[in-house]
Amino acid sequence: MSVIYMLLAISILVALIFFVAFVISVRKGQYDDSYTPSVRMLFDDELLEKDPDENTFDQLDKPT
Amino acid sequence: MQGTTCYHCGSPCDVEEVRYDDKSFCCNGCKTVYEIFQANDLDYYYELEGAPGKTPTTDQGKFDFLEDPLIAERLLEFQDDTHQVITFSIPHIHCSSCIWILENLHRLNPGVYSSQVDFPRKEARIHFNPDKISLKELVGLLSAIGYEPSITLEQYDGTSRKVDRKLIYQLGVAGFAFGNIMFLSFPEYFESGEYWLEQYKGLFRWIMFTFSLPVVFYSGSGYLVSAYKGLRSGLLNIDVPIALGILVLFIRSTLEIAFDLGQGFFDSLSGLVFFLLLGKFFQQRTYSFLSFERDYRSYFPIAVTRIPKEGKEENIPVYEVEKGDKLLIRSGSLIPADSILLRGSGEIDYSFVTGEARPVHKESGDRLYAGGKQLKGAIEIEVLKPVSQSYLTELWSDSAFSKNPKTAFRTLTDRIGKRFTVAVLTIAFIAAGAWLWIEPSRALNVLTAVLIIACPCAIALAAPFTLGNLLRIFGKKGFYVKDTESLERMSRVDTAIFDKTGTISTSNKNSISYTGIELTEAEAAVLKNTLRASGHPLSQALYRELAPYNIVPLDAFEEHLGEGLEGRAAGQHIRVGSSGFVRGKQETEASGSEVHVSSNDTYKGRFTIRNGYRDGAGKLFERLDREYDLAVLSGDNESEKARLEELLPPLTPMYFNQKPHEKLEFVRGLQREGKQVLMVGDGLNDAGALAQSEVGIAISEDAHLFTPACDAILDSRQFSKLDVLLKTTGKAMKIIYMSFGFSLLYNLVGLYFAVTGQLEPVIAAILMPLSSISIVAFTTAATNWIGRKIE
Repeated sequence: MSVIYMLLAISILVALIFFVAFVISVRKGQYDDSYTPSVRMLFDDELLEKDPDENTFDQLDKPT
Repeated sequence: MQGTTCYHCGSPCDVEEVRYDDKSFCCNGCKTVYEIFQANDLDYYYELEGAPGKTPTTDQGKFDFLEDPLIAERLLEFQDDTHQVITFSIPHIHCSSCIWILENLHRLNPGVYSSQVDFPRKEARIHFNPDKISLKELVGLLSAIGYEPSITLEQYDGTSRKVDRKLIYQLGVAGFAFGNIMFLSFPEYFESGEYWLEQYKGLFRWIMFTFSLPVVFYSGSGYLVSAYKGLRSGLLNIDVPIALGILVLFIRSTLEIAFDLGQGFFDSLSGLVFFLLLGKFFQQRTYSFLSFERDYRSYFPIAVTRIPKEGKEENIPVYEVEKGDKLLIRSGSLIPADSILLRGSGEIDYSFVTGEARPVHKESGDRLYAGGKQLKGAIEIEVLKPVSQSYLTELWSDSAFSKNPKTAFRTLTDRIGKRFTVAVLTIAFIAAGAWLWIEPSRALNVLTAVLIIACPCAIALAAPFTLGNLLRIFGKKGFYVKDTESLERMSRVDTAIFDKTGTISTSNKNSISYTGIELTEAEAAVLKNTLRASGHPLSQALYRELAPYNIVPLDAFEEHLGEGLEGRAAGQHIRVGSSGFVRGKQETEASGSEVHVSSNDTYKGRFTIRNGYRDGAGKLFERLDREYDLAVLSGDNESEKARLEELLPPLTPMYFNQKPHEKLEFVRGLQREGKQVLMVGDGLNDAGALAQSEVGIAISEDAHLFTPACDAILDSRQFSKLDVLLKTTGKAMKIIYMSFGFSLLYNLVGLYFAVTGQLEPVIAAILMPLSSISIVAFTTAATNWIGRKIE
């Protein structure tokens, strides 16, 4: 029955891994803004169609 | 030409329509932004949302102070030679197009590395290369595409909000431990005397103990500290029985497993803390994009241009402005200190201060007050008083701002908590005393069991969930309340005081009347076309009001700043403007603003333009009058008294010529009589009264742009619903009382088990979460129901 020690150790380890993942995600600010990423996610596909040619534009003329 | 709206910003193109690329624009500014986006393949901006833009500001020199490295350094979050980071607050951020364009800034200027928008906060964080684009050029770029950042003194002082994530961590730790402890405590609930269970239960119990340590000493620390502080200052708040419950649960459970008496209550303990924190979390989430703490520093510029006696103009931080300094105020800039106009013609917009949107004309030698905004042309002023001692800013030295009178407020939960604690302790000791008589060995067991089961988790959750949900419902209706405590205070208000200008009346709705000789059609046409060419708010208001006439090209047009307009066409010579300008004699203005007209040097008559009152204001006051004492405090003169009397219920007290400080004192006087005061205002001149009153509500045309410090911001379109909103807070308090009743029922059941000495861990593990969850479900459903009744 000493297999129970191993099972316990594994289950707690798995739980700890998720806990650490949670702490890291909070620290990186993932919970600070819960709205913008949901909008941003939708842009990426549209952008690909546009073919952003980085070389065609110059520095913006300053308004007068 | 009627009916077209600008492709860029969506405003009507009736004053000046610019056609470009088969699209209509309301002005050249909007067209320019469109051209910029099109040239850079960014016209996807217009596909995301219709007409998302804003007319750009092309104000040169306004941000010159950003060239000063000392000022820039305080604004930047990070800087080295090739990399700088700054977070701008950009009020115009309002839709997905805004996010898209701002996050594609690097395509407009290669000097920008990347940018990220925080939509709820209306902020953009930009990484850029200072060699390729300076901070000032970056701000210029943003302004040119219609996203002018607001850079204020508040940012300069470094008092901007810091992200506090402690509660999320605490909640995470409690949830993590709760799940694991439940899973470990389960086997013993189904105990059947199995061999392996008997052998390993010690191990299980000590692992549970280990998990409970961070729950008690990290996640629950807030309750322990608050209870300790409460006790030390002689207050029995709701945290006292909670902390008592947590500690008793922990100590008894630890003793039980140490002496092998039982499995302890670790699951109930962690569940309790988890639910309590969940309630706190729910209560804390508010509107991060709104600021309820603004003072004058949020509006004042960081730096001003000083004109020294000799030498070049220089930019100095606004705090360094001294008496006697000569300053250059550009158009669109705020006047930072009380001063005298030296040169130039002032068109001062005091809407920040008084809520009155109509600009005031000033001549050299006139006195200017801090907080006014110069609209047209640059002026030179001489400072009379330093910034912090000016007429307006001095208000903030009042104790209403330093010592918040609102913190003394005790919530319903805390008031209940006191009686509750006394009751629980009494029951616990009586029950333990009785058992001491019957069977002394179980007395301690009963004492702790009562303290555990009576832990007022459900009571502590009732208010946060009810009011937290109401906060969200109100937010959807355009009523943004600062926190749940303000809602509670709102339900107790008995006196409502209103500011006049900008609160009851609005500059968006004008009533115009004409007295004098009727104008011929030809005269009216020339008048309309003359007005069309002027940007003055009065001209614009009159222009919109006059019936449409054909466009007649003017042969001659002249604008005399602060005086009036002159236009000639088709043999007509129209002069329109102040009395002095039109017929050469000054006249004291009777009421509202007057515009005089003459044609071919014959005086014709005058237009009187008055601010209209908000829709439904009369009816609202009628309804409010039934339940509240009303009063009106106005900073203006008495000219509107007769009209107000018509609007307000009879015998409503009205006070005119009230200075900001007098408004504050008025509220204070009512409070001394024991009144619970609601102040409704809009300008910085109401800021003192808003801070001093029990509840200060700021009315705002646009909640993101301007509001003084307050407890709640009400969208001006929802003004007529104010009474319904106030009534709803009363209903919410009733829901909380009902929840208290429910949780008392649970407690009675639990107390039965505890007092009779049969409280098993499994009963606590079922009863405690069940009471919490049912309270959460009840309050959420009930608040949604009362929320639906707000039309």
